[in-house]
Amino acid sequence: MSAQIARLFGVVVVLFALLLVFTTRWTVIDASSLNNNPLNARTLIDELHIKRGRILAADGTVLAKSVPAPDDTWTRTYPLGRLFAQPVGYSIAAKGEAAGLEESAGSDLRGVQTGLSSIFGQLSPRPVGDDVYTTLDVKAQREAKQALAGQDGSVVALDPSTGAVKVMYANPSYDNNNPPTKGSATDSTFNRVTQGSYAPGSTFKIVTATAAIDSGKYTPTSVINGKSPITVSGVPLANDGDKSWGPQTLTTAMTYSINTIFAQVAEHVGRPTMTDYMKRFGFYSKLPLDYPSNELNVSQPWDSTTGKPFPPGSPDEDIGRIGIGEGGLLVTPLQMAMVASAVADGGKLMTPHLTDRVVNTDGVTVRTVNPTVYSQVMKPSTASEVTQMMEKVVEEGTGTAVQLGGISVAGKTGTAQIGPNGSNLTQPAFVAFAPADHPKVAIAVMVDQSNGGFGGSVAAPIAKDVLQVLLADGQ
Amino acid sequence: MRARNRELMGLIPASLLVTAGFAGVFIQRSNALSNVSLTYGAIFLGLCVGAHIFIRITLPHADPYMFPLVAVLASFGLVMIYRIDSTQARDQAQWFVIGLILFVATIVVFRDYRKLERYRYTIVFLSLGLLILPRIPHIGEQANGAYLAIHVPGLGAFQPAEFAKIGLVIFLASYLRDTRQILVTGTRRFLGITIPPIKHFGPMLVIWGIAMLIMIVLRDIGSSLMFYGGLLAVLYVATGRISFVVIGLFAFALGAWYLGTHISHVHARVEDWLHPFDPRLYHAPLGSYQSANAIFAQSAGGLFGQGFGQAALTIPGGGPLLPAPQTDMIYAVITAELGLFGSAALLLTYLLFVARGFKAAVLARDSFSTLLAVGLSAMFALQVFVIVGGVTRVIPLTGVTLPFVSYGGSSVVANLVLVALLLLVSDRARRPA
Repeated sequence: MSAQIARLFGVVVVLFALLLVFTTRWTVIDASSLNNNPLNARTLIDELHIKRGRILAADGTVLAKSVPAPDDTWTRTYPLGRLFAQPVGYSIAAKGEAAGLEESAGSDLRGVQTGLSSIFGQLSPRPVGDDVYTTLDVKAQREAKQALAGQDGSVVALDPSTGAVKVMYANPSYDNNNPPTKGSATDSTFNRVTQGSYAPGSTFKIVTATAAIDSGKYTPTSVINGKSPITVSGVPLANDGDKSWGPQTLTTAMTYSINTIFAQVAEHVGRPTMTDYMKRFGFYSKLPLDYPSNELNVSQPWDSTTGKPFPPGSPDEDIGRIGIGEGGLLVTPLQMAMVASAVADGGKLMTPHLTDRVVNTDGVTVRTVNPTVYSQVMKPSTASEVTQMMEKVVEEGTGTAVQLGGISVAGKTGTAQIGPNGSNLTQPAFVAFAPADHPKVAIAVMVDQSNGGFGGSVAAPIAKDVLQVLLADGQ
Repeated sequence: MRARNRELMGLIPASLLVTAGFAGVFIQRSNALSNVSLTYGAIFLGLCVGAHIFIRITLPHADPYMFPLVAVLASFGLVMIYRIDSTQARDQAQWFVIGLILFVATIVVFRDYRKLERYRYTIVFLSLGLLILPRIPHIGEQANGAYLAIHVPGLGAFQPAEFAKIGLVIFLASYLRDTRQILVTGTRRFLGITIPPIKHFGPMLVIWGIAMLIMIVLRDIGSSLMFYGGLLAVLYVATGRISFVVIGLFAFALGAWYLGTHISHVHARVEDWLHPFDPRLYHAPLGSYQSANAIFAQSAGGLFGQGFGQAALTIPGGGPLLPAPQTDMIYAVITAELGLFGSAALLLTYLLFVARGFKAAVLARDSFSTLLAVGLSAMFALQVFVIVGGVTRVIPLTGVTLPFVSYGGSSVVANLVLVALLLLVSDRARRPA
């Protein structure tokens, strides 16, 4: 009977191996999909017990922290609430909902439990996450909110040499201590800075000028006829007030924002070159920010007949109008700040980032975000020529409202007409950097709606206030 | 080293495990516990050493590894239950004491266990009676639709099937000792397969009937599979006929399929098994919530586990996240906290015990002893397979215990009697002639 017993034992071994295979399947092979199963409350419950790390401003001001809740759990509070709701976001572990940095920096804030630390984890009490230091400037953020004075709109400021986001504020904001239900009618967690769709208007002429000069087709002193109206893509295009400027240099066309000249320039530079430069600035791609992917939009021209974006370089694009920020082009404020940043940093576009460093509970920095180059958009010589053109805008053109006295500012206004024909509703915008000779801040201000206001009169003063605070900080 | 000294050495891992485990829980909740808890460990070890001395005197030749393996399993179980519910750990420790008393009694009374053969018909009817007890009104208890326990006033729930499995093995081993020769003779060959005469299918029909009875009466696929598999193993070893196994498994599958589609509770269990993550079943009363959360608990464990005492078992401010963590679901808790490596170690311990049981069967000098040891070991192995297989979704989830590890008095007591019988067989087999 021994042979039968040996075979029987073989069967038992196979059965036990089957148990081990299935245990392996659940613990290792299918683990991540099981952990993300919507029925699985375990991940959420585990999160309730984790003391998430804090989120702090650059100066150490606490923007988010955990406070004890019943049943050995933790809940989040946001001391500055609405002021930083958009960059910080919120986290409600019990509902499994999160937004902003709370979501994108979640693994840092929870503290990553590696295999080994989970073995020894039993010796320590409940896990504690790491602190996330952001690049945000509290004083400038406050100033942005104050300067917007309740108007719907966005302010975003970057350090051109690093890509650090200094200011990210948009109206309307929301109370992240008590966020609205996701998808509800009152959902205002929408972040205009990264998700808004603004008509850039003339601020886009910075991109057109860059493509024109860097491609070698134009110089700042090239002369183009600024007559009005002209025909672009078969449709008449007029200057502001239908003013015919006659032959003017590219610099003058920038200073006074002459539409017909820039439309001709864009058409002459051509669709492939324009598309190439737009891509280098980051258009046609999702914003490269350390922020939740579903809260980042793409800046690109849209086809009004299909309601869809044009494929890059599509022959259906009206490249002449795109060259003056029209033609269905819709942008995020952060994208326009990146445009200013690239010109400011000698043509080099740094990847924007909100996270500066991650520090554990022992005060040891476990991760530092190093500045990375997104793309070399243009030659340094082009950058300095475009800078000089943008300086003229502020010195004697449409952007004089932003003059800082002693500090030179390079900027470009934009005033897109919105609403039905005949209405005087506008979307004022201002994109700038300062000091022009040694830039420390690049900024984009976009106001949702104004009753006949211009970029120079509505958006530029807001930019001026925020620039003053940021430049004073830097000294 | 002499056998009994090896056994004593084997208790060292058990003692380390129980000390480390209780110390771990103690450190974790030092604010909530007094150091009385640590004395549990000491008492447990004292009991094991006492049992060892008893074996040393009465069964000097018995397998030296069996009892230490049981001690490891029991101490592991005690620590796990303690971590889940400290009052239940005290109950479990008391049941372990009662179990050891029965363990000693079994060895003293059935020193010559072969006299069990004389009572085989009494034993089989008692066992079958025990099996249907849970269906008798007023004393039977239903849990999750299955009838696996009766209520004993003053003692709580009692699972008669735990004892019935031993009785049925004793009966079949004794019956086949007499008839196995007849069963293998007079065979014909048909299409290259050896077919025994129809009348020799009698014993097989009987065990098939028992299995189907369990499924109908207890409404539990797992218990049915355990009994059927255990008894079929004895039949196979006795006759050496693969055809019995093939036909037997086919007949079982047929019966299980028929009953699975016609008994609503059994059918529901099968549906839960096939579609545990179907939201409709997940949210249904007695639906797949438990099965699905057993899987989620394992996935939370990963390779190394979340750490002892770290896995969530309840929803904060709500109900249970993992129902029945100390009984049906203890394997899921172990995997969640100690990971794949912890579970693999546990399964290996069970496998080693089963291997020692089969070793005793091989060494035994008479066929009753061999068949008894085979049956008891196979039944034990299948019990582990049925409950762990249920938790890991190899088979539908059922309500049998994980021997020595999960909470339950009848299980600990019955399995200690099972170990006593295996030690008796082993001692006789290894005794120098």
